[in-house]
Amino acid sequence: MSELIQTRHGRVLQLTLNRPAARNALNNALLGQLAEALEAAAVDNTISVCVITGDARFFAAGADLNEMAEKDLPATLNDVRLQLWARINIFSKPLIAAVNGYALGAGCELVLLCDVVIAGESARFGLPEITLGIMPGAGGTQRLIRCVGKSLASKMVLTGESITARQALAAGLVSDIHPDALTLEYALQQAAQMARHSPLALQAAKQALRQSQEVPLQAGLAQERQLFTLLAGTEDRREGIAAFLQKRSPEFKGR
Amino acid sequence: MDFILSHVEHGVMTLTLNRPDRLNSFNDVMHQQLAECLKQAERDETIRCLLITGAGRGFCAGQDLNDRNVDPNGPAPDLGMSVERFYNPLVRRLAALPKPVICAVNGVAAGAGATLALGCDIVIAARSANFVMAFSKLGLVPDCGGTWLLPRVAGRARAMGLALLGEKLSAEQAHAWGMIWQVVDDAALVDTAQQLAVHLAAQPTFGLGLIKQAINASETNTLNAQLDLERDYQRIAGRSADYREGVSAFLNKRALHFTGK
Repeated sequence: MSELIQTRHGRVLQLTLNRPAARNALNNALLGQLAEALEAAAVDNTISVCVITGDARFFAAGADLNEMAEKDLPATLNDVRLQLWARINIFSKPLIAAVNGYALGAGCELVLLCDVVIAGESARFGLPEITLGIMPGAGGTQRLIRCVGKSLASKMVLTGESITARQALAAGLVSDIHPDALTLEYALQQAAQMARHSPLALQAAKQALRQSQEVPLQAGLAQERQLFTLLAGTEDRREGIAAFLQKRSPEFKGR
Repeated sequence: MDFILSHVEHGVMTLTLNRPDRLNSFNDVMHQQLAECLKQAERDETIRCLLITGAGRGFCAGQDLNDRNVDPNGPAPDLGMSVERFYNPLVRRLAALPKPVICAVNGVAAGAGATLALGCDIVIAARSANFVMAFSKLGLVPDCGGTWLLPRVAGRARAMGLALLGEKLSAEQAHAWGMIWQVVDDAALVDTAQQLAVHLAAQPTFGLGLIKQAINASETNTLNAQLDLERDYQRIAGRSADYREGVSAFLNKRALHFTGK
């Protein structure tokens, strides 16, 4: 059985982390498979949205410590993981994390990289790197503070303590909480709802949301307007507005 | 020494608080033994109902004050530690246990013993039993869920009266106020509680667990949130084997056999 299971639901691609014996730890091999799957999905016109999930107990409980332990300073400096994360991060379509159980360390960083996070009641989010004498190395200190604020982010990173799904919801790390048995189902529903929209509009909107974290407001507004203008040249925009005015469902073609 | 007697039969785990010479009051070892039993109740699928009662003439007198003999010249004790280590996990685990928890209050329930009893899902009391919120008389605060629970089971006015005055409340009065499910004659308590427990252990346990969690969640949810939760839980319940069994047995007019799944 593969360590990354790919399942199609119409225009939605579900990626299931499947290393149960290793608590879905994200070693280089699994991270590489994830990057490959997303790169293939990025150029597949029949896919609009991706959902990443784990199992009932673990979304992903960190990186592979054996891999990490072997690396000295020069090896860490040239670590291939940096490129692996960059390949995952560059995915241009909506990415949803459906989280039951533990999302710790690299697992939490993968969650933070996703656009939307849907959690089961059992979900736990944490960056326990500090307890190992290291620190988050794949966005944990940067993306967490941008979504939950300084105090909670600093507490989590400096103590290594994890937070519950409810705390994560209150802090803005998570958009919805559901009973565990329904987490994936509802995440797929939400993905399907996104997938009904114009693929180009989804990508443009995602790009605008992403760049809001990169540039000052005025520049962000200018870039948003450029992306908005770009969509004015699409067939899908004409179809979307026409369908609305004619009170029918739109049929988008991704053009 | 077994401070907790544990007995499993017909899907019912009966836990008897067993320090009768100390009115079954809690010490650390008793807490640890209770925690072990709860671990078993949580993991063992064949256990489908939990019944808690006390040995001897009392149910539980709360924290054993012999362990709290404060040296007037020493540093102040950290009572929060005992709450954090023992009482809070106990209350959280009983509330989260997806199986019915019955409490058979056989005699006096005082302090944490009273709040523990009132926090169980179904409380049956012997007619001679009573509840005492003894905390205020020692300068303490009702713990073991007391301050959360009392206004919810008794209403604010009665909760305040009970907690501030610390007076004895008879089982009959607790029943009249809707704080407990049933009062029975002392001699009938064991049989009544056992029968109820055996009955519940043969019911659709998975569904009962969802009901319990839904009612617990309603204490803090808005109507809107609770309606969503009902939809979700119904969706899950509808996929259970016991729901299919219930419908099929009804349509075929045959006896029910619930597996709890």
